Amino acid sequence: MDSNEFKTVAPGTPGVMGWAGKEPLLAGAGPGTRCVHGGAAPDPAYGAVAAPIYQTSTFALLDIRTSAGFEYTRSGNPTRARLEEAIALLEGGCGAICTSSGMSAILAVLSLLEHGSHVLCPDDCYGGTFRTLAHARQVHGLEATFLDMTDLEAVAAAIRPNTRMIWAETPSNPLLRLLDLAALAGIAKARGLLLAVDNTFMSPLLQRPLRWGADLVLHSTTKYLNGHSDVVGGAVAAAAGRTDLLERLATLNMTLGTSQSPHDCALVLRGLKTLHLRMRAHEANARALAAFLAAHPAVARVNYPGLPCHPQHALALRQQEGFGAMLSFELKDGSQASVAKVLRALRWFTLAESLGGVESLVAQPASMSHASMTAAMRGRIGIRDGLIRLSVGVEDPEDLIEDLRQALEGRTPPSVP
Amino acid sequence: MRTAINKETLVLHTGNEIDQQFGALSVPVYQVSTFLQDVHGHGKGFEYSRSGNPTRDALEKAFAVLEHGKCGLAFSSGIAAITAVFMCFSTGDHFIVSDVVYGGTYRLLTKVLSRMGMTVTFVDSSNLAAIEAAITPQTRAVFVETPTNPVMAVSDIRAIAALCRKRGFRFIVDNTFMSPYWQNPLLLGADIVVHSATKYLGGHSDVVAGLVVTATAELGEEIHFLQNAMGGILGPQDSWLLMRGIKTLSVRMEQHERNANALAAWLQTLPGVAKVYYPGLASHPQHALARSQAGGFGGMISFELTTPELAEHFLSRLKLIALAISLGGVESLICLPAKTTHASFPAERLKALGISDRMVRLSVGIEHVEDLKQDILQALSNQ
Repeated sequence: MDSNEFKTVAPGTPGVMGWAGKEPLLAGAGPGTRCVHGGAAPDPAYGAVAAPIYQTSTFALLDIRTSAGFEYTRSGNPTRARLEEAIALLEGGCGAICTSSGMSAILAVLSLLEHGSHVLCPDDCYGGTFRTLAHARQVHGLEATFLDMTDLEAVAAAIRPNTRMIWAETPSNPLLRLLDLAALAGIAKARGLLLAVDNTFMSPLLQRPLRWGADLVLHSTTKYLNGHSDVVGGAVAAAAGRTDLLERLATLNMTLGTSQSPHDCALVLRGLKTLHLRMRAHEANARALAAFLAAHPAVARVNYPGLPCHPQHALALRQQEGFGAMLSFELKDGSQASVAKVLRALRWFTLAESLGGVESLVAQPASMSHASMTAAMRGRIGIRDGLIRLSVGVEDPEDLIEDLRQALEGRTPPSVP
Repeated sequence: MRTAINKETLVLHTGNEIDQQFGALSVPVYQVSTFLQDVHGHGKGFEYSRSGNPTRDALEKAFAVLEHGKCGLAFSSGIAAITAVFMCFSTGDHFIVSDVVYGGTYRLLTKVLSRMGMTVTFVDSSNLAAIEAAITPQTRAVFVETPTNPVMAVSDIRAIAALCRKRGFRFIVDNTFMSPYWQNPLLLGADIVVHSATKYLGGHSDVVAGLVVTATAELGEEIHFLQNAMGGILGPQDSWLLMRGIKTLSVRMEQHERNANALAAWLQTLPGVAKVYYPGLASHPQHALARSQAGGFGGMISFELTTPELAEHFLSRLKLIALAISLGGVESLICLPAKTTHASFPAERLKALGISDRMVRLSVGIEHVEDLKQDILQALSNQ
């Protein structure tokens, strides 16, 4: 076709086609449709189907004190705005902010609290969260109590006059313990606290904390939301009706300078388009691997909420819309030598930090993600040296099972075809 | 232990996953034009990004594995890839090409290559006798698209490959509609596969690119020479995006297929729809052939509405499905081939091929199928 066969109009002319009315449809659309179309209204200037990457630091003002909505990319950028819109849509919130890493998302949320505030945090929280809270104690006077939050009475008892926030991660990393979000939201509401939930392990496809009464939901978008192990990013979405929190978060993102770059936002937005397909494939593989490991003689225990023997399987069924693709297992022989032997023998599973990418990864939490915790604390919560964590990718499950089998059984690996 | 890797795993792990220097899980984007060399002109495998670039090289190698070929080559568009393949030939050479070939290929052959004295006969390539009848002493190659765009006719790749082998022709297949996930023409006897990687391979409507894979290293050398000499290469950033797209090829193709199968059967039941063209339908004339040479039927459906007025009304009312050229992206797209992709065909040719102004072509996305049905229903209604 020749382009001169089209009648052209000025850039920015509103469309007359039906898709110009797509946006109101999104709220009622299925999760897969929301993944594909969230934040993806055709570009108003030229109708580009993929969101343009506004790789610009600043914007020409239309007049003195008049802009077209954006003035400077640290405070706002059209590409980032589309990603924020898509994440808010998926989480069911009033809006979101996107940050340059998951840690900066955590920092933004903790920065909502005034000096001298107190936070309740699960004792098996992500190592980075633990490190940030320790840092905030020294620098910002933020106090934290680490406790087993599956014990709701202990949570209520730990609240002090200066407690302002309950921090939750569920399922937990790397032990896959679950927290009852509706119960925690009940406590938070009754005591006037904010409930912030790190939803990185589940993604909004499998769990929507705002639905259970959380005020804020966080993501390391580096993981499932982007999903391709090629972007570092974070996001925070605020609950419907909490535009006050959203506005403060947007101001913090600008003030702390943590906002995500336009190019990375475009990549995360691209990742979101296959989130529903990836999560389905991740989970199907994880279920198969969990069943295989649970039956293997070299394995002492498997932590995966999808197994009926998981102590909180019923809670997972109620609270989550799936079981996700993170699992951990303990070797019967938990010696460092035995763990090292398994880790070295694996071929499809790459030894690396991070999770949630299309490719399968393996980690030893005690020496990697949770190395910033003291050995005593690791011991108390059950992160032993023999614990191995898998981020199950979207490869063919038979290849992954075969790889685990040969590594666990110490067979000489045949050459890779 | 199975020796073959499953294709879902293959799309993720084909030499494109781990950086040699730092172990990065994503291939670095070598956004560079030139490479240091020593005084003797020796580099470390790359000298200048037009002739070779590490990011593009990773893509080319990975894609050759996926198409079961010896050599992969990446171009700045699907048409640049097809141009390079035809530029292997010389003045006076004659080609036999599918009659409903993509409009851009038709334009290249009839308006550009014709000026260089290359000639072409367009035939219904789903009819082997028609191909044989078109052979002249100057014939050097057969080029087919299967299924064809937009009428979805299926050509017998094995039979055409046998004919080409016997007569010493080069057999080129445009595999854009199926992707290597569903169809591998080289395994069925073709010599060269071309792709508009803009479509299913990139898959996110955000890259324009082309790929060629050859069955032999010699053919690869020949086309690599042209890639470098003519310069229609793919840039490092787009090469990287394409590799990223290929990592979800398996999950996307499965969903495109599921949705298209469901929609094709359902569309047949709608009152405003006169005819549905989809190889996955048992009523499709080459359904058995499609099944024998491909693992799936793909995500492209064409259908005719009862009147041209209804077609226009329908297209202007769709909300979720965007009216846009191109195909193979995650989002559903629709177009009127007679007025867009095939507008370069003369009117009488369109008529002969059965591409009417009542025919719409739907590139089925990976949305929830019920949302797509809902959109089609509301657009067909008279409200």
